[in-house]
Amino acid sequence: MNAENNSTPKIRAANLHKRFGRKVVLDGLDLDVGVGESVVVIGGSGTGKSVLLKCILGLLEPEDGDVEIDGQPVIGLSTAEREKVNRKFGMLFQGGALFDSLKVWENVAFGLIQGGHAAREEARDIAYSKLTDVGLAAEVGELWPAELSGGMQKRVGLARAIATTPEIIFFDEPTTGLDPIMADVINDLIVKCTRDLGATALSITHDLASARKIADRIAMLYKGKIIWQGPTSEIDSSGNEFVDQFIHGRAEGPIRMEVRAP
Amino acid sequence: MNIFQPIGRAFLRFLQAVGQLALFAVVSVSHCVRPPIYPRLIGRQMIEIGYYSLPVVGLTTLFSGMVLALQSYTGFARFSAESAVPNVVVLSITRELGPVLAGLMVAGRIGAAMAAEIGTMRVTEQIDALTTLSTNPHKYLVAPRLIAGLTMLPLLVLVGDIIGVFGGYLISVYKLGFNPAIYIKNTWQYLEYLDVVSGLVKAAVFGFIVALMGCYNGYYSRGGAQGVGAATTNAVVSASILILISNYLITEMFFAR
Repeated sequence: MNAENNSTPKIRAANLHKRFGRKVVLDGLDLDVGVGESVVVIGGSGTGKSVLLKCILGLLEPEDGDVEIDGQPVIGLSTAEREKVNRKFGMLFQGGALFDSLKVWENVAFGLIQGGHAAREEARDIAYSKLTDVGLAAEVGELWPAELSGGMQKRVGLARAIATTPEIIFFDEPTTGLDPIMADVINDLIVKCTRDLGATALSITHDLASARKIADRIAMLYKGKIIWQGPTSEIDSSGNEFVDQFIHGRAEGPIRMEVRAP
Repeated sequence: MNIFQPIGRAFLRFLQAVGQLALFAVVSVSHCVRPPIYPRLIGRQMIEIGYYSLPVVGLTTLFSGMVLALQSYTGFARFSAESAVPNVVVLSITRELGPVLAGLMVAGRIGAAMAAEIGTMRVTEQIDALTTLSTNPHKYLVAPRLIAGLTMLPLLVLVGDIIGVFGGYLISVYKLGFNPAIYIKNTWQYLEYLDVVSGLVKAAVFGFIVALMGCYNGYYSRGGAQGVGAATTNAVVSASILILISNYLITEMFFAR
């Protein structure tokens, strides 16, 4: 996945501030993601990675700062305008977040039917094709989400995320809870799907193997700010003691684990 | 520490919750009347609330009607007013017992289920997923339930009224020795249009309350299984209390002289 040169970033988060009570989670965070680029934000548990993603997706409102999609500010948009922006998005949730009252194919087709207003039969055909794209057999489409393993749920979540041919795909801890082989399968699928769609990708993870595989650029989040960012190839020679401690998984170092989650 | 501090904090929290509920209700109701409408989801909720609650409501009103006939008979026998039993049964069932009992039973059955389902969707990020798929959760989850609650509870109560009066008839005729024709004649003779209508208006309000409290508590549930459990309890308790309060207000509105 190579980043295209474009002056307007696909996603821009500028000076984002978000707190929960007295706990400051984002403290003036700045991050740009270029068109067609795949950026992975790494950081320890409770450092605000999910909060960053939710602020960009419009699920949380930051106290201060701006989020721009294609140069358009998206904070404070009306519900209808926000839904229009969200049509550019695909999202793979950490736990899959599949709708357990719908069959697998209906989950995959959901964005097409509800958001894109496609006919049910047409959406069904697309859903089955997307399930094949993520390596699932057609029979899986007729199952309920509760009948699937964790890895299969992630694949279905990925199929749902790409079903609407989004311009931007967000991945929230895509490999968490999976065995190393299934994690690698998911990483390969993420790379393949985003490349096939030509989509911009923003992922958050603390799985370094996953980050190295899917990222063009890695950014590290600590204490509410991006403290380092650079090409994936440079992460081992970042010269940043926080990054070094994180990628080597050392308990000793400048990073002290927070006791309370945000 | 100032002793008024915790009282003030609790009062502010209460006001905040009332404001949040009012806002939730306004937004949700506005989505009930704005397209797109989801007929498939509304139909599913109507079946869930109307059809599947019928046995519970039917049994409750049947036995209430039976008890009412027995109690009023033994009470009225003390001053030789047994002939008033059909009137008491039909008025009590249509005005009060039908709507209130149906409302409370549906609050326990449906309000709890709504809170648990939406609460689980909240804590498993399914509601966030709806938003990212350009689908408004108020429109997709809440509006169909409100419409179904508002429309199905009056139907349930109408059926419950008939079953309740039939329960009174069974006891009066087969146990207390009433003449069937006279019992039915007395039932019809003293029943007014307003008695039934007031009960149905109550039922519509109660149906709205049950659905609103179920959805509201589920929507704002937090913290995993414990949060969903608390949301379920709160949905049933708050809906039950609001049903009893609004029952008084509607009765006052229809029958106060």
